[in-house]
Amino acid sequence: MTFIGKSVKRLEDKRFITGKGNYTDDIVLPGMTHGYILRSPYAHARIVRIDTSDAAAMPGVVAIFTGKDIAETGIVGVPTGWQVNFRSGDTMKEPPHPLLVSDKALHVGDGIAIVIAESREQAKDAADSIDVEYEVLPAVANPAKAAQPGAPLVHDIAPGNVAFDWELGNPRAEVDAALAASHHITEMDIVNQRLVPNAIEPRAAIGHYEDAYDKYTLYTTSQNPHLTRLLMCAFVLGIPEHKVRVVAPDVGGGFGSKIFHYAEEALVTWCSRRLKRPVKWVADRSESFITDAHGRDHVTRAQMGFDKDGRVTALKVSTYANLGAYLSTFAPAVPTYLHGTLMQGLYTTPKINVEVFGMFTHTVAVDAYRGAGRPEATYVLERLMDTAALEMNMDPAELRRINFIPPFDGVNQPGYQTQVALQYDSGNYDAVLDRALEMVGYEDFRKEQEAARKEGRLLGIGFSTYIEACGIAPSAVVGALGARAGLYESAQVRVQPTGKVSVYTGAHSHGQGHETTFAQVVADRLGISLEDVEIVHGDSEAVAFGMGTYGSRSLAVGGSAIVKSLDKVLEKGAKIAAHKLEAAVEDLEYTGGRWTVKGSDKSIGFGDVALTAYVPHDYPQGVEPGLDFSSFYDPANFTYPFGAHVAIVEVDAETGKVSLKRFIAVDDVGNVINPMIVEGQIHGGLAQGIGQALLEGAIYDDEGQLLNGSYMDYAMPRADDLPSFEVDRKVTPCPHNPLGVKGAGEAGCIGSTPAVVNAVMDALRPFGIKKDLEMPLTPERVWRAMQG
Amino acid sequence: MPVRIQVTVNGKQYTSEVEARDLLVYYLRDSLRLTGAHVGCDTSSCGACTVLIDGQAAKSCTVLAVQADGCSITTVEGMGAPDSLHPLQEGFREHHGLQCGFCTPGMIMVAADLLQRNPDPSEMDIRHALEGNFCRCTGYHNIVRSVQYAAEKMKEHTKINAA
Repeated sequence: MTFIGKSVKRLEDKRFITGKGNYTDDIVLPGMTHGYILRSPYAHARIVRIDTSDAAAMPGVVAIFTGKDIAETGIVGVPTGWQVNFRSGDTMKEPPHPLLVSDKALHVGDGIAIVIAESREQAKDAADSIDVEYEVLPAVANPAKAAQPGAPLVHDIAPGNVAFDWELGNPRAEVDAALAASHHITEMDIVNQRLVPNAIEPRAAIGHYEDAYDKYTLYTTSQNPHLTRLLMCAFVLGIPEHKVRVVAPDVGGGFGSKIFHYAEEALVTWCSRRLKRPVKWVADRSESFITDAHGRDHVTRAQMGFDKDGRVTALKVSTYANLGAYLSTFAPAVPTYLHGTLMQGLYTTPKINVEVFGMFTHTVAVDAYRGAGRPEATYVLERLMDTAALEMNMDPAELRRINFIPPFDGVNQPGYQTQVALQYDSGNYDAVLDRALEMVGYEDFRKEQEAARKEGRLLGIGFSTYIEACGIAPSAVVGALGARAGLYESAQVRVQPTGKVSVYTGAHSHGQGHETTFAQVVADRLGISLEDVEIVHGDSEAVAFGMGTYGSRSLAVGGSAIVKSLDKVLEKGAKIAAHKLEAAVEDLEYTGGRWTVKGSDKSIGFGDVALTAYVPHDYPQGVEPGLDFSSFYDPANFTYPFGAHVAIVEVDAETGKVSLKRFIAVDDVGNVINPMIVEGQIHGGLAQGIGQALLEGAIYDDEGQLLNGSYMDYAMPRADDLPSFEVDRKVTPCPHNPLGVKGAGEAGCIGSTPAVVNAVMDALRPFGIKKDLEMPLTPERVWRAMQG
Repeated sequence: MPVRIQVTVNGKQYTSEVEARDLLVYYLRDSLRLTGAHVGCDTSSCGACTVLIDGQAAKSCTVLAVQADGCSITTVEGMGAPDSLHPLQEGFREHHGLQCGFCTPGMIMVAADLLQRNPDPSEMDIRHALEGNFCRCTGYHNIVRSVQYAAEKMKEHTKINAA
């Protein structure tokens, strides 16, 4: 009986397709009140006066709290989880991030007051009647502008709006020398625009304090319930952790934006204690746009040097990364350790230097969004590659290939040590590119393109060969890099007396299908049926501890923790089986859910051993009853999936509209447990990456107003914007975790964006456009570029 | 001021008092506790709240509860139960047409509307029909396959019934 590698239909689907999912907003508690948060309409404003008296007298209003009420209790605000110091050794500038502001609003959407009422409508009505007098101050939204002398200051403690500056790789002087000695240098100014994650379920939270037990329950739309509990208890509210249960029930998508501990989670918890009633807050979509952490927002200058044969000689990158007004949970790590460290790409570049300035601006916080740093790095590298190929009149696929790191499996050949701190685990980069070229029919396409150009049709092909670092991450490594937490995962495997198995994982599923994939791993290892396994996640009261789901880590780290516990179950089970079979443990083998004495027909099933463990009448000496093990798995390294993506586009010569005709993705994510689910993850990532290339982008004006903060204004891909995808896989197992898996959640999003942009630039080749076109490549931008 | 309405939801009649400003989606979710219809936006753009009103797909966040007075409404809960799935629900499971599941009820309802009007849709017909509904997880690829599966399944049913 084997389940690994099979496209098992998802076990969790039935509740979702019948409307019986249990999302945070579906939860109704007795006596529940509704909170609505009044938010600043200005990006930078002093709060001169707040008058809540009219609002407090309105129907249904239970209470109104302002930032002052919270500050008076000594609560400072939500912390960040990473510390990235200045190159000089100076400490990162870390201003407080209050739950509600009391003196100054620092971005549109900063919380001013919370109204709690009997109904959501009453709370909204009353919030409209709060009178706030603002003194509007000058604002800055763009990270490069924030660095200019005289730019409005976001925090007094951060001169020049710099939170940290950071550098990695070979000494800058060495890189400059290598560039100077190069045959050709490709230099680009690249903007990786700000994106809004836009999980379709808006964030929501319910705080529930029960005075009879002196206990709190927080229901929240989180990818990361245990870390939320730790941060909220220890660093925000100062309440004992054992008095708080955090539940992340069904969660409607996250993409990074639900990793972080948000102010509203602490706020409803605090309010519930004050009122001794449950308090529910659900974001409107407009509110999500101005309070969920955004992603990307880099302004980069990059130079890549080449020798006369096209081999990369050096790479120098300088990036202004927008962090927003406050440091969100992972924010300092994203443009540094998840971005600068990826600048080796798949290439043998001998000299690399990258510097990053973390910038405060009057915008909502920027943090991890699907791919988190790695898409930005890949975009820089892959745009440089295609532009260089064009400038040197080389084939873009060939230019990549001659620079590839040769294949290595991490077992017989060592891992590849990069110039930027990482050691890649295993890779075979030619294999994915070969397969992608074969699928696309490269030579035929070039002929078709040539013929089309003669007819005035603009076809283009674009490549992207990417690597990413996921399965985050070894605790000691991330600790040395500034993480304030470890990044292991926990798993408990509880074998019930009847041989049914409950698994408690610290990973959290919000679409990834853990309830199926993890069950496949368990059923396979134990030789039992899938129906005999349940996967429990998302409840701090059920699961001992966890670090949550992000960075494509669930299977590589969480799955490995499960395997560790399964191995302990089998080890103890063998002792019980040996006793029952009157044989030595060494003489047993375990297959198909049974321990058998080798070379005999004597055997005992898993269920009988489980029952014996809980009814230990005839039992081995010195063995404890029960069959229940917990493990923590701390990975030995990151994992490094990679792939080759190819886009084919047609640009309408009259209107500049880009149509994506084909998208080919060949990814190598290591071993695969459930191909159906992995393909689904790739598809979703592709859509988001293509969305960035062609449609999406948060637009802030110079006053810090988000101009497209609604689904009517922010263009996300719809069904008729995308083609069906052509995906395939290669398998280079991860050498350092027991499942050989690498992670698939972000790959699609990392590889696809530059492939699409490169395809558009290829289509526009007859126009000789020199300047890089800024994403998203809207018809207007493309049309203007064609006009010269 | 409360207003009395009479609606049929998933074949069952309800008489309820609602506020004039109550949206249909909140009536379904809060009063009838049918939480399959989800609220994903405030601009009628995401389609997570889609239900059938007198057989036609409608975004229930853009309809007042009082406007539904006298109407027959089908929500995802009325399509099929876990042990008796509608071909569309089956299709979403067979073809991995859902990940987080939040947009799924709306997708199923809008696809039901499509297949009533067009039992044999092309891929582009399906993509156009779904373009009022956002999914951020699947890239739509497998949602299209799910609807194609249901269309086939429902055509077979029709053939069997006709025979």
